[in-house]
Amino acid sequence: MTIHLADVPIWAAIPAAAFLLLGAGLTLLGTIGLVRLRTFYDRIHAPTLATSWGAGGMVMASMIIFTAASARPVFHEILIGIFVTVTTPVTLMMLGRATLYRDRMQRSPELPKEARHAPEPEIPETEENAQ
Amino acid sequence: MSETILVTAIWIAQGALAIAMCLCTWRMAVGPRAQDRILSLDALYVCAMLQLLAFGVRTGNTIFFEASLVIGMLGFVATVTLAKFLMRGEVIE
Repeated sequence: MTIHLADVPIWAAIPAAAFLLLGAGLTLLGTIGLVRLRTFYDRIHAPTLATSWGAGGMVMASMIIFTAASARPVFHEILIGIFVTVTTPVTLMMLGRATLYRDRMQRSPELPKEARHAPEPEIPETEENAQ
Repeated sequence: MSETILVTAIWIAQGALAIAMCLCTWRMAVGPRAQDRILSLDALYVCAMLQLLAFGVRTGNTIFFEASLVIGMLGFVATVTLAKFLMRGEVIE
């Protein structure tokens, strides 16, 4: 399926352009944070700007343009939005846990004092433990 | 008129995404530790995905949508695998 940008009416072109600029601008802002922030635990927050509103804005703009130009609802781009939203917390949680584990092993001074040791596992109160 | 607005917006967006990819590459080359490099690789994957999405809007072709979906999936799998490697590869072996 191919569309032409000239077929997009003006009332759809303006919000689509706004969403495009918003998405790309927030992605750029996130990577600037990736470069400028000091510690890894600060930096891990920055790219989420690109995956939440960055991807959301671009997907929204793409949906508006394709829907308006082909005169029927086109929603398949929302798959990308859903997929990115679901997978980003998983990857960043795993990366954060791996970094925390490595920092604890190396006794890194980058960690705050209360995060240097893993919390004690809570043993549930059962009959066998009580004896 | 609407074509001019959209083409200008897409050019600016692609320029911003290209700068973002450059910044990710810089962090990947400089990054003091392995986890910084993995984080910036993940951000680079996302930027490439958005770049392809913008390219698909500019050419008006839906074939780029599949490509960006594939990039998103590969980025997820790559980052999870590398994080798992960081957790186990160096400490236990």
